[in-house]
Amino acid sequence: MATVAELVWSQAEGGIIVPVISRGFHGRPRPAGHKLPPGQYETRDFPVLSAGPTPRVDLDSWTFTIKTEAGVKHSWTWAQLTALPVEDPVVDLHCVTKWSKFETRWRGVSLDVLLQDIETAADYALVHAYGGYTTNLPLVDLLDGQAWIAYKYDGADLAPQHGGPARLLVPHLYLWKSAKWVRGIDLLVRDVPGFWETAGYNNYGDPWREQRYQGD
Amino acid sequence: MAGTAVPGRLGERLRWRVATLVDQRAETESAHTLVLKVPGWPGHLAGQHVDVRLTAEDGYSTQRSYSIASAPDSELVELTVQRVPDGEVSPYLVDQLAAGDQVELRGPVGGWFVWRPEQSEPVLLVAGGSGIVPLMAMIRVRRAVSGRSPFRLIYSVRAPEDRIYLPELRRGDPGLDTAYLYTRRVPEGWPRLPVRLGTQDLASNGWPAEFEPTVYVCGPTGFVELAADMLVDLGHDAGRIRTERFGPSGG
Repeated sequence: MATVAELVWSQAEGGIIVPVISRGFHGRPRPAGHKLPPGQYETRDFPVLSAGPTPRVDLDSWTFTIKTEAGVKHSWTWAQLTALPVEDPVVDLHCVTKWSKFETRWRGVSLDVLLQDIETAADYALVHAYGGYTTNLPLVDLLDGQAWIAYKYDGADLAPQHGGPARLLVPHLYLWKSAKWVRGIDLLVRDVPGFWETAGYNNYGDPWREQRYQGD
Repeated sequence: MAGTAVPGRLGERLRWRVATLVDQRAETESAHTLVLKVPGWPGHLAGQHVDVRLTAEDGYSTQRSYSIASAPDSELVELTVQRVPDGEVSPYLVDQLAAGDQVELRGPVGGWFVWRPEQSEPVLLVAGGSGIVPLMAMIRVRRAVSGRSPFRLIYSVRAPEDRIYLPELRRGDPGLDTAYLYTRRVPEGWPRLPVRLGTQDLASNGWPAEFEPTVYVCGPTGFVELAADMLVDLGHDAGRIRTERFGPSGG
């Protein structure tokens, strides 16, 4: 499978894969072949979990907006977003409700493309969704080939119950960070907790460190 | 002094750059300063940090954040790294990285925990252990611009030999007062027993709240929480207390 790491490398400097090796660095011993984070089980279904009813969003009025800490807005219509260069990430999903789904296939626009030319000193992102859902994460977690605005799943338009027309996809964090029905991202100098993060879930949500709840 | 590049285009600011170690010096037994040459470095503000990425020959890669210790100086960036026992990264950086070796680095990161030369209000710096590093960058930038705003530094360490930058702090700067606290062992002849930071230390070695200083607190999470709570109790406006915490998962 094309891991996220491979996607990161493939994006570096025009596709030339030249990682810088730090001489003599080995890191901690790593278990081989393990791709199920602690406390997770594998599912082959695609369970649906949401905090409320599924919003219906008309593509003619759909927009995606990035707003900087200075209040400057950058918006894309549906036609503009889908005209941008796409990537086809194949990634593992890990939901905080314990299921993991391997090698899911998506199409979307990398956040690297959307954020590249934005002037900001922000360190945090607060993601907004149609329907009012919010979630927060460090801005760096949206960069380096780690996040996409995804609008196709398994070759078809993304179904509303899975976040269509478009959702954020940040597969290295628990799935609640991958906001369905994404509408925009505020870039912030200070961290502001989102919906689940205010309700006792972990502020960061790394499945490999099992950061499910506050204090994990 | 180089111009600062914050804010800048995000793609440029958070692009990974290759950094080469050009010099290294021991500040204490466990804290070393790494002098890195970073072509294309956009400059930084005092208090900002960088992300460092190490990649092993098998492709395994991991990242850590380190505060910048130096004032902006063209392509040179200094990081002071404290060796964390059993750490994955810091023992490598402190003990193994040699001149000519490369790491990847990006930044500067952090737009809140910064001191800018145009700030004229009094400043209180409160450091716990290696939390001195970004505060030292503020002292150095103030020196580089011949800043006049009065600074006070309260520096808490476990023992005398843990003081980073001691010779430089002893030389001192006009308008900078430094007070030390020792939590485990005091220097010979020191008039107090080892003690944790208390409200009285912040009151007598800091600024009265009515002077409306900006306060920067950096150190381990428990230290920062304690100091920030005591500052609020002393009447300091929470909006003027800026904190940076070192998590327990460092290394």
